[in-house]
Amino acid sequence: MKKHLRVWLGVVIAALVVGVSGWYLRLHTIPVLQPAGVIGDKERNLLIFCSLLAVLIVVPVFTLLGVFAWKYREGNQRYAKYSPELTGNRMAETIWWVVPGIIVAIISVVTWQSTYALDPFKQLSSAKPTLHVQVIALDWKWLFIYPNQNIASVNEAAIPLNQPVDFEITSDAVMTSFWDPQLAGQMYAMPGMSAQQNLEANKIGSFPGWAANISGSGFARMTFTIRSMSKDNFAKWIGAAQHSGSKLTAARYAALAKPSTGNPVTYYSWVQPQLYNTTVLKYMTPKLPQLGKHTAGATRL
Amino acid sequence: MIAIHQFAFALLGKLSWSQLPQNNIERGGAAAIVLGLLLVIGTITYLKRWRWLWREWLTTQDPKRIGVMYIVVAFVMLLRGGGDAALLRTQQALSVGSSSGILSSNHFQQIVSAHGTIMIFFVAMGFMFGIINLVLPLQLGARDVAFPFMNATSFWLFFVGMALVNGSLVIGNFTAAGWLSYPPLSELKFSPTVGVDYWIWALQIAGVGSLLSGINFLVTILKMRAPGMTLMKMPMFAWSVLGSMSLVAFAFPMLTVTLALLALDRTIGTHFFTSGGGGNAMMYVNLIWAWGHPEVYILVLPAFGVWSEVVATFSRKHLFGYTSMVWAIAAIVLLSFTVWLHHFFTMGAGADVNAFFGIMTAVIAVPTGVKIFNWLFTMYRGRISFKTPMLWFIAFVVIFTIGGVAGVLMSVPAIDYQVHNSLFLVAHFHMMIVGGVVFADFAALTYWFPKIFGFRLHEGLGRLVYWFWGVGFIVAFVPLYILGFMGATRRLDHYSASLGWQPLFIVAGVGVALIGIGVAFQLLQLALSIWQRNQRRDLTGDPWNGRTLEWATPSPVPFYSFTKLPVVTDRDQFWADKESGKATRQEYEDIVLPKNSSLSVVIGGLAFLFGAGMVWHIYWLALLSLLGIVATLIIRSMNDEPEYRMSARTVEKLEHARLRQLKEYEAYHQ
Repeated sequence: MKKHLRVWLGVVIAALVVGVSGWYLRLHTIPVLQPAGVIGDKERNLLIFCSLLAVLIVVPVFTLLGVFAWKYREGNQRYAKYSPELTGNRMAETIWWVVPGIIVAIISVVTWQSTYALDPFKQLSSAKPTLHVQVIALDWKWLFIYPNQNIASVNEAAIPLNQPVDFEITSDAVMTSFWDPQLAGQMYAMPGMSAQQNLEANKIGSFPGWAANISGSGFARMTFTIRSMSKDNFAKWIGAAQHSGSKLTAARYAALAKPSTGNPVTYYSWVQPQLYNTTVLKYMTPKLPQLGKHTAGATRL
Repeated sequence: MIAIHQFAFALLGKLSWSQLPQNNIERGGAAAIVLGLLLVIGTITYLKRWRWLWREWLTTQDPKRIGVMYIVVAFVMLLRGGGDAALLRTQQALSVGSSSGILSSNHFQQIVSAHGTIMIFFVAMGFMFGIINLVLPLQLGARDVAFPFMNATSFWLFFVGMALVNGSLVIGNFTAAGWLSYPPLSELKFSPTVGVDYWIWALQIAGVGSLLSGINFLVTILKMRAPGMTLMKMPMFAWSVLGSMSLVAFAFPMLTVTLALLALDRTIGTHFFTSGGGGNAMMYVNLIWAWGHPEVYILVLPAFGVWSEVVATFSRKHLFGYTSMVWAIAAIVLLSFTVWLHHFFTMGAGADVNAFFGIMTAVIAVPTGVKIFNWLFTMYRGRISFKTPMLWFIAFVVIFTIGGVAGVLMSVPAIDYQVHNSLFLVAHFHMMIVGGVVFADFAALTYWFPKIFGFRLHEGLGRLVYWFWGVGFIVAFVPLYILGFMGATRRLDHYSASLGWQPLFIVAGVGVALIGIGVAFQLLQLALSIWQRNQRRDLTGDPWNGRTLEWATPSPVPFYSFTKLPVVTDRDQFWADKESGKATRQEYEDIVLPKNSSLSVVIGGLAFLFGAGMVWHIYWLALLSLLGIVATLIIRSMNDEPEYRMSARTVEKLEHARLRQLKEYEAYHQ
């Protein structure tokens, strides 16, 4: 009787946990599992495929654990065989070297193909032209530059639906990571380095993004939004930025680059030419304004 | 005026009153450290135990006692690191939307960094070296490690590293750049305070201790095994230590060099890892993980060894597939040096590089899987006794498998792009290191406790500990997998309310509270077991029906371990001896043991002053301490008689006294 009660209690608790979690998850967006871009979709599918493969290992492990623990427990002596001299079995051991080996071989093939297919540096093939956006991580905000439209924005980027976008990513502060989970994933933003992330939105919406690598005290508040919109709305968004009247000159950029948090979304109608490139290159040239006294020798070069 | 200032700087470096804690939570932490220290000092003084402490413990070269000291430090640090975790989760449960919780961002980040640093270097490593010290020589049929003085010195260097990390709570601050403090954030320009320096020098000093230990145990295994014990007759725990210590010997020098380069950047203005001046932070990230990934296996291999012993003993069977276990260890040792890049697939390496490291990472899952199946088949046709160590094993298999699957998922670079640096990753590595390593430490402590102290831990409370820890752990970490998918990154001290993360953070916090109750029961278990020790005496020396040589010794194991060194013919030597009735024979021989030495403590003290001098830029102090260490080593090497001989007759007398005492207990309790 007591045993039955325990089983029922377990069932009730399990049902409760599943019910409440299900209800909670239905109410919220889970960006990684509910992507809004072609790359995000493929990454989600890959995640599900590999999880199913992993089940092939998990099920036998949990089954054997449960069955052996139950059957060979001390109290079950009468019904279970005891072979204290058993030291191994070549056949069995070969099986669990080979079978996991095969599963890993499958994963390896998947890894190889998906790593090339989903290489963030690879341009997406499309009939439409690729939109270029340059991203500079600053302490603690994100600057998006549209070089061809000659506009810029802080903490918000707009992209047109169903058109490939190429984000070029660098940092003008410490190293951090650019993460837009509903669209494509993560890429480190590093001073002196220019990385890339190619993506294409296939749903309209506002998608939150994060700085995913600790970067100082404003790190948690260093968030951004990527808004995917129709072609017309995108043109309007660009137009609004072009008419915002505020110019991102070198001086304004220097002020913006100073550490701050909670910067409101800001648009710039003009951007200092070559701002992104000079930002990347300034870390690779000896003349560095922010270097301290120790590099006095280097500046003379 | 300037002259005075310069003089003060030369004398005191960056030390000043303003470095004392500035807010109440920081003051609370500092007070806890200072009061805790005063309480310990007061208690020892009140009980007049200083001389005893110095002679029996601080200056000892007996690996069993050194092991106990490691474990005491590791347990205290578990409390500290756990307290950190509680603060972090409290902040994350509260700091939503317009609220900014109880901690400032910088303070939160210091606590995150301290939590990681302490849990890896001073809890996981501490428990591991403790257990190796307790068990390895006994299992090999040796009375000591190869270099006893070096062993004691390693412990004191470990202790000093721990003291520096905790010292940062009282004066100065700790790194706020994460437990691996990546540059450029950890460079002087972005972290101008002493926090990163505390981190560097604590790890440098403790790291040298670890390297020395690694060499020591490696030589011990290769040179000090009992006659007849070929490598393939070693207990599996010894094999796993051999694997782990080979990794220590190759990996720790990399840590030392990496930290030294970062220290040069910060002190003399070099540009190894700075953003400009030709520096390259990516080099640091590569170097630190070239150490960091083997470090994971340094921790987990000895834990695997513990599981091999526990499962075989409690299933009353030979370990299944001994040879394939050895090969699995060898494979893991080699492969663990080929996977470090999976810690930063998102750095932008090409598809070829990422794919290679992704595949190597998946490959290393094979030998690990083999070990799991071998343990499961050790249970097959066994007689399993579900004492607490075996219960921990069940929890280990469940949690480690779930965490392992998450690991295999992350080994695919294109999946990793989506979960890297998220709480999904945090859940994964906690499941590996807590489920795999810390649970093994708890199992090992319960298992070998009677061997060292002569009485068993309270089994009922042990079960309570197990359930609170196990359930609490699941509740604390499963929500993190979901949070990771929802976009929550690690080390967040604040998030927007509209994301809806708060309920999951609260659930995770409840999990931490449950673990906290588990820890409280652990303390209670220890106290009650000591209180009732006379009823819990292990009179046989073999409380679990053990298989390996340590159980051939009496409990508590005497300081000379074996009256006569055993001769080995079998893998499970003690089991075989019991079967053939040889296990009860008493023989004696002359015994040579190392004398106590205060010089290890002296080196530790000087290393502390050296570390403090480097942290605070008090260079005269650092230099003098360093010279002091060299001088101490010279003095030590002049000592021609570091050992003493005990005659077989003395051993016999000691043994008879011990046996008499045992009989008295037995008579008293029957």
